[in-house]
Amino acid sequence: MTRFLLRRLAILLPTLLFVSIIIFGLQQLLPGDPAIAMAGEERDPQAIAEVRAKYNLDKPIWVQYGLWIGGILQGDFGESIRIQLPVSQLLLEKLPVTIELALLSMLIALAIGLPAGVISALHNGRWPDYVANVIGLWGLSTPNFWLGIMMILLFSVHLGWLPASGYVSPTEDLWANLQAMIMPAFVLGTGIAAVFMRHTRSAMLQVMASDYIRTARAKGLYERVVIGKHAFRNAAVPVITLGALEFGQLLSGAVLTEQIFSIPGFGKLIVDAVFNRDYAVVQGVVLCTATAYILLNLLADIAYFLVNPRLRT
Amino acid sequence: MMRKTAFAALAAVMVLGAGGASAQTLKFGLAEDPDALDPTLARTFVSRLVFSALCDKLVDIDPNLKVVPQLATEWSWSADNKALTMKLRPNVTFHDGEKFDAEAVKYNIERHKTMQGSQRRGELSAVTTVDVVDPLTVRLNTQAPFAPLLATLTDRAGMMISPKAGKALGDKFATAPVCAGPFKFVERVAQDRIIVEKYDGYWAKDNVNFSRIEFRPFIDATVRLANLRSGQLDFLERLSATDAGGVQKDSKLKLASITEIGYYGITINIGKSDKSKSPIGSNAKIREAFELSLDRNGLNKVVFDGLAVPGNQWVAPNNPGYSKSVPIPKRDVAKAKALLKEAGNTNPVVNLVTPTTTDANKIAQVVQAMTKEAGFDVRIQATEFATSLNMADKGDFEAYILAWSGRPDPDGNLYSFHGCKQPLNYSGMCNPALDEILNDSRLTTDLAQRQAAWEKAAKIINAERPIIYLLHRKWLYAHNAKLTGFKEYPDGLVRFAGMKM
Repeated sequence: MTRFLLRRLAILLPTLLFVSIIIFGLQQLLPGDPAIAMAGEERDPQAIAEVRAKYNLDKPIWVQYGLWIGGILQGDFGESIRIQLPVSQLLLEKLPVTIELALLSMLIALAIGLPAGVISALHNGRWPDYVANVIGLWGLSTPNFWLGIMMILLFSVHLGWLPASGYVSPTEDLWANLQAMIMPAFVLGTGIAAVFMRHTRSAMLQVMASDYIRTARAKGLYERVVIGKHAFRNAAVPVITLGALEFGQLLSGAVLTEQIFSIPGFGKLIVDAVFNRDYAVVQGVVLCTATAYILLNLLADIAYFLVNPRLRT
Repeated sequence: MMRKTAFAALAAVMVLGAGGASAQTLKFGLAEDPDALDPTLARTFVSRLVFSALCDKLVDIDPNLKVVPQLATEWSWSADNKALTMKLRPNVTFHDGEKFDAEAVKYNIERHKTMQGSQRRGELSAVTTVDVVDPLTVRLNTQAPFAPLLATLTDRAGMMISPKAGKALGDKFATAPVCAGPFKFVERVAQDRIIVEKYDGYWAKDNVNFSRIEFRPFIDATVRLANLRSGQLDFLERLSATDAGGVQKDSKLKLASITEIGYYGITINIGKSDKSKSPIGSNAKIREAFELSLDRNGLNKVVFDGLAVPGNQWVAPNNPGYSKSVPIPKRDVAKAKALLKEAGNTNPVVNLVTPTTTDANKIAQVVQAMTKEAGFDVRIQATEFATSLNMADKGDFEAYILAWSGRPDPDGNLYSFHGCKQPLNYSGMCNPALDEILNDSRLTTDLAQRQAAWEKAAKIINAERPIIYLLHRKWLYAHNAKLTGFKEYPDGLVRFAGMKM
């Protein structure tokens, strides 16, 4: 286990370096000049030239990359061209918001998806299975932005129960925070719940048909022990990987959902930054997300070890 | 039981809290997140909306575009029109308590002119020096007479920041702006909120009725309106034209609108690059046929629900700068066809670049359908906005749909677009006769003389068609019906003084 961890950690840094080069290179392929995008309709040529100089955009790309990566190694992610705030400040402001949204969405997804998957597998081919499948299909195929707007119209405009959008920090007012987060978390969570449900269902079906379940039953174990301890635990392995990937997806910012509910997280940050060619911000967000993905994958691998004894040899 | 009581108490507190706050706080929905909150560096319309609360200007405009006093109470031009002397309002302080005086004006104008990355340098390029005549009198000297200067000072170039804060914060001023407006800066969380609070030392504080304004950006127009309907917002800017009818029917809301000072038009590359050798770029007859195949009223109905104002010049027909002797041409498909025949190309291909905004895309489609009847083959090239600007800059287009937000003085919509080698001259038009007229219109402050110059310019531009002007949108606002005292201004900005709820 320790050796495995060390090996994984050793490839972490080169991977990140590689990712950073890709991020930087891809961004240069974006058409449109940041200085011109920033100048907007004013277009004073001298101002544009000064902005290029100030943000090193007039230097060759490898020099720009060197300056950027050098800064990051010292904790300096650069400055947003558009709003002139340090990127590190923006990232620190948005990251907790996105993590909270991701955690809440994940909770909702797990609370709905896992039991639904188990129930539908246990009632394979009977009505609870059909109901779960239809709901699951609906969850997968409903676009987030549509569900979001419908929820705003119902719960905010018509019923007036929840704020339509906006964000309140939990340290400021926990209750208001939950009120603001429940709709976006639900919109994101239901989409993922459907994915969980389908994977849990197929994993459970596979496991339930295996020999050791028959053996467990033959030993006269209670059905809930068979399902809970023997079947579900094994079925959970592929679901864990899936969970880690979905969580990474959530961290990369649920772009549309954050836009609709005006949740100031990574998704909103990166959309605005891309449209304004705010390079430093895009790079910061992508690098953070890539790091999160890599770490989550590592965590998923560790979780495998803990859940599935067969992998420990 | 305990729990129920606690819940009821909590609910009561929440209701009271909400009620109390709404009487004092204005919750304002913006269409985007503003850029840097520094008048010298700012470039977006939306940041100007926030500046209306934060930063007073030397002069302002009234709803009829007349220049009126703000931080300067009176002004006069020297006999040779080369010096503008302004008397300043006494007893004005910045939000940090610093005094506003002629030295502060000098500091601000010089900052606009010299700061790295300044977006105001071009607007103030005519100003050579600033003299402090006495603490409350300042004189702006120009190299040559420059009539648009006064109107320029009604916008960001005329905004005054505290010299002390400006020197202390340098290029980080945007993180904690200090001005002399009715509200002072409290905090900004990027893409989430900007909060300002009433400034007790404001020179006209009795006319300021809100203790706080919370600006929140909502990019999606539907979501912005849903927030107004649910009470999360009291006021929103840039309502979508298709929602105007719904707002009018809602008794809890009110609709307000005014014609913009800007325009929507199709810029045609007639000399900027090799792409000007296209049929439409190289032949004035084809451009004329293109215009004659357009029905501006139809365009207005389809794209803007009839809420825009059709136009054929850089200012709207109700503007003092509009030349009535150059009227909007009627649609005439037969004549357009005849012109194409004369030009020897009855089926010209036009590549039309359009930004991917909803309005611009719809305009492109309607233009495509209308011109098709005359024989044009318009090919729409929808391009993301930042990229399209880059293409315009390089001359990498044949025709380009572009909106300009407009300036209070017609010169701001005209000079930079049609003067030879000017920064916004995407069409590449360069006509010495027109250049002379444009320069003449800047030499005098007499409106009649300037109108005469603009009329000559309108005739040349309408014959050459480097830009085919289409229409002028309306600024549309929706607000809580309880809010009173809101007045529309053609620059689209909101004056917060005088408003209450």
